[in-house]
Amino acid sequence: MDKALVLELPNDISSIEHAVEYVMRHCSSCTDYARRLNLNFRVGLTEALSNAMLYGNGSDPEKRVRVEVDVSVEEVAVRVTDQGVGFDPASIPDPTLPDNLTKSGGRGIFLMKTLMDEVQFNDRGNSVTLVLRLKGEATV
Amino acid sequence: MAFQVSKSNDVMVIDVEGQLIVGNRQELKQKVLYELEKGERKFVVNFSETGYIDSSGLGVLVSLSKKIREQEGELRLASLNEDLRTLFELTKLDTLFTIADTREQALEGL
Repeated sequence: MDKALVLELPNDISSIEHAVEYVMRHCSSCTDYARRLNLNFRVGLTEALSNAMLYGNGSDPEKRVRVEVDVSVEEVAVRVTDQGVGFDPASIPDPTLPDNLTKSGGRGIFLMKTLMDEVQFNDRGNSVTLVLRLKGEATV
Repeated sequence: MAFQVSKSNDVMVIDVEGQLIVGNRQELKQKVLYELEKGERKFVVNFSETGYIDSSGLGVLVSLSKKIREQEGELRLASLNEDLRTLFELTKLDTLFTIADTREQALEGL
């Protein structure tokens, strides 16, 4: 890995936008896949952070979220870890099914999986690693 | 980031400047519901100045659309850039909303 960045964020959703912009600036050397970074990575990271703060940490202001970013010439990888008890990502239904389309929630995990080349949860379910590759196959 | 609310004839137009994400979705919801409670029934959310939307932003649009339809009103979306349109297509929400290319087209016939 060429460039590493570690952030410890307060469990405050108003911090997400600034944190994402900060990480995006850290990735600014990845001009070869700028559009995929700007859409796929930006939205994927936003989803991971909001999941961690709202569901993982249960909106508890005493808890924190750790963000670890590794940037190389071939990929950007980010691990987002909360201090919650974890969850089973397989339990989230497909939000694009007709019965789920009019529900207001349930699209975060779907967008992460669709927009990133790799999404891996740890066994406990409180840490997710997102990878976007220069020559990846994810949408866009 | 901010939401600018204006009125064009009998249509409330909300311009989304910046992002529509988890951190500000409640602000948009409150602004639209306030106008709905005052009796407004026609809404256009204009994204010509919008950077990106996350799942929470998409969710609040779905929720508002339902509430407006329950009051026999209509919510239309306008001026989605290529990235935003991709998000609507991936989530199939492009099938749920009337999406116009421009603010003016959204206002036509509403």
